Amino acid sequence: MSMAASTESQVQATAANPSTHAPPPRRPRRWPWTPYLLSAPGLALFAVLLLVPLVMTFLLSLNSFSFYGGIENVWQIGNYADIIADSYFHEVFLRTFRIAAVVTLLCALFGAPEAYILRRMKSPWRGLCLLIVLGPLLISVVSRTLGWALLFGSTGLVNQGLMGLGLIATPIEFMYTETGVIIALTHVLVPFMVLSVWASLQRLDPQVENAALSLGAGPLTVMRRVVLPQIVPGILSGSIIVFALAASAFATPAIIGGRRLKVAATLAYDEFLNTLNWPLGATVAVLLLIANVVIIVGCNRLVERRYKQVFE
Amino acid sequence: MAYLVLDQLTKRFGNWTAVDNVSLTVEKGELISLLGPSGCGKTTTLQMIAGFLDADGGRVMLDGQDLLAKKPNERGLGIVFQSYALFPHMTAAENVAFGLEMRRIARADRDRMVADALKLVGLEQYGDRHPRRMSGGQQQRVALARALVIKPSLLLLDEPLSNLDAKMREEMQIELRRIQRTVGTTMILVTHDQSEAMALSDRVVVMNKGRIQQVATPQEAYDHPANAFVANFLGRTNLLPGMVGGGAGGTVITVADSVWPVAQPMAAGPGALAVRPEKIGFVDAGGLSGTVLARVFQGTQWLFEIETAAGRLMVIRQHDGSPLPAERERVMVGWRADDMAVMPADREAA
Amino acid sequence: MNRNGPIALIFHVLFLGFLLAPILIVCAVAFTSQGYLSLPTEGLSLRWFRAIGDNPEFIRAFKDSLLLGAVSSTLAILVAVPAALAIARHQFFGREAIQALFLSPLMVPHIVLGIAFLRFFTMIGLGGTFAGLVLSHVIIILPFALRLILAASTGMDRAVENAAASLGASSWTCFRRVTLPLILPGVASGWVLAFINSFDEVTMTVFIASPETTTLPVRLFLYIQDNIDPLVAAVSAVLIFLTVAAMLVLDRVYGLERLLVGKGRD
Repeated sequence: MSMAASTESQVQATAANPSTHAPPPRRPRRWPWTPYLLSAPGLALFAVLLLVPLVMTFLLSLNSFSFYGGIENVWQIGNYADIIADSYFHEVFLRTFRIAAVVTLLCALFGAPEAYILRRMKSPWRGLCLLIVLGPLLISVVSRTLGWALLFGSTGLVNQGLMGLGLIATPIEFMYTETGVIIALTHVLVPFMVLSVWASLQRLDPQVENAALSLGAGPLTVMRRVVLPQIVPGILSGSIIVFALAASAFATPAIIGGRRLKVAATLAYDEFLNTLNWPLGATVAVLLLIANVVIIVGCNRLVERRYKQVFE
Repeated sequence: MAYLVLDQLTKRFGNWTAVDNVSLTVEKGELISLLGPSGCGKTTTLQMIAGFLDADGGRVMLDGQDLLAKKPNERGLGIVFQSYALFPHMTAAENVAFGLEMRRIARADRDRMVADALKLVGLEQYGDRHPRRMSGGQQQRVALARALVIKPSLLLLDEPLSNLDAKMREEMQIELRRIQRTVGTTMILVTHDQSEAMALSDRVVVMNKGRIQQVATPQEAYDHPANAFVANFLGRTNLLPGMVGGGAGGTVITVADSVWPVAQPMAAGPGALAVRPEKIGFVDAGGLSGTVLARVFQGTQWLFEIETAAGRLMVIRQHDGSPLPAERERVMVGWRADDMAVMPADREAA
Repeated sequence: MNRNGPIALIFHVLFLGFLLAPILIVCAVAFTSQGYLSLPTEGLSLRWFRAIGDNPEFIRAFKDSLLLGAVSSTLAILVAVPAALAIARHQFFGREAIQALFLSPLMVPHIVLGIAFLRFFTMIGLGGTFAGLVLSHVIIILPFALRLILAASTGMDRAVENAAASLGASSWTCFRRVTLPLILPGVASGWVLAFINSFDEVTMTVFIASPETTTLPVRLFLYIQDNIDPLVAAVSAVLIFLTVAAMLVLDRVYGLERLLVGKGRD
């Protein structure tokens, strides 16, 4: 889950920082270097252990590779050209984003109503249900994905259930298919959507719904005209989180998708640890990183600008 | 004929009775306040009238119709919420227009009515602003316009002024009074602020622990509180323990070394006498004797604390140049019999 | 009147079922008495839990995970507390940039970090070492610790520190006796969240772990890649039991919602 939790917090962090962390009041300073001294250990650590490795990865992506000579220390953009030209890579990236998009849609479709239902629950139930919804975030993503592998494959419980209900006539193939990956990823990521919508619901004045009722609006109109517009920012920022995490997810597609159904992250993994073509793997990683940063920062800007007028 | 009738309205939360057999009639066009400390049941009563809470017993009749049988969105009441509950994603004009949209009023009529409503509350310039960009007072006015524009049969105001600062609150009190005179809507105001209730209402309903303590005009309730709770809650008062008994010229109450006539018939026994600080004066004879403990200058008036055999008294005298006693001076205080209220001794007093 | 209707409740039950199904099935399969994957239809058996004992690599990986989580969380806290105080307390050039840098690992996919660290550690000779794991984990969990400590120190009333100083406390005494106790709840929860993130991390760690030094999730992941049997279900079930127990304690002590939603907002 660590992978998952991380981007979620980032999105919140970028969204929240400039406005909510107002600069502390000025006061006479004895020694201007104190803050730098305090952050020095962290800065040193991050410079050596984050910036240097990332720059090195970028440089690695410019190297070339041959099966006999290994990594060759030349600078060129051949790897990028290869990926852009090769339809195999297109297919992998396209699949990655298709899966991420569908997972995002499903999370919004199920997570947002669930958050709303949770908020309307009464005290002891609400805490318990919230625990059940958020708890999976703390359970290892490997264990959770294993659960889906068991449900889909070995026990075939999902197919038995669906056929028992008469919904399908013949078993559906879930293992090693996009459908399976999408279902498992939705399960892994939907708590983030609930959390995000939950946070925006916290800011919704409960009296606002009563106000709309008193003005003659029916329950559905209240939902559509009053509640939904106010939680759209929550759904959007939840979508950014879920999309970014789904696009770079590794463990779930690796277990459910297997070696045949590749996504960007499993492709990079294979290039590194099986084919040993490090420069190509690094290129995939760099592209993934760029896509991720563009999506998170770009969408956050967009959401912030769009809703600045209304929500602060 | 009574316009709004609450008949033995009751609400329980578990073992606790929040509203206990509340009955009340309100005339058309009247502004009536439900006044009391927090937890007295006034907001719960309002929520039942509005339909956000189900009553456990009793009836609410509005203009001859059973209100409790209708859903909240079919009651046609205007409500101004304590938090204003404006729709943050809509502009002021859109907020005001919402109720009209729900009533499927044609665009042109709607725009005109919204403009009129905004003008009524003095916000004609602010129609396209979002609530978050408005001050508390402006938001308050939008909430008022939104509730009034649907021409409600009854306007409910839930602590409408509690989120405003003191100056703003005074302005809005005058504004509310003006609007009420203009549109003539029947209003029920819920408040814990006695000065607000007295400034605005035709009648006040003082509530405590889920029960009505007194229903009267503000002046009547202030001058002749029905019991110790009302006396204490409506402004500062001196509550002195005494003994009621028969005297030569009728019933009297004896407080320490002083004796006061009691106008209403009362049984003999322990009683209490309530008298406002500003109604007490310094007299030469026939009053209650005591010693000045402290005196404080407050600009337009002096505040005295007097120690007497019946307890400590608070006395307010105008700062008009007349001679006033000094600290530690022996004095005698008195008041007109009309200015006091006598009530049976109440264990719940204060 | 704000109650959920029957449709909402049905949706809610299905949603919770969806969330719980894979977790419950893992626990169920772990109790099978058969030698292959199946539901425990013929009575519960603990044979696969006993089998964990015969696979010392899982036990070792579990111990390594615990040690890695504890060491890296503690290091992260030691770095994050002064940094958080600098950011929360001081107005200085580059403050926003420094904060953004410290939070930036949240934006980098862990697969990318795994690749970057693999390359870097191989070059400087830390490849496959415990030290390498610790350093990389400090980087990815620091943002979590920092955010909670930051929230605690921004929310704190500065006047109490001034009061301590006016009473004659030195800066250090002031920090030790006043500031630290006040931000301690944030620090403690920061440590817990950092530990959980370190313990659960698999994507990045799979690149830099070696057969000798590996974590439990990576061990499980690699095992599952080869085959799925009741043994991994049993190991996962143990992991789930432990997490649920920790979760209940955490919810009692600090509040799960507060930990996950973060109280830095508003």
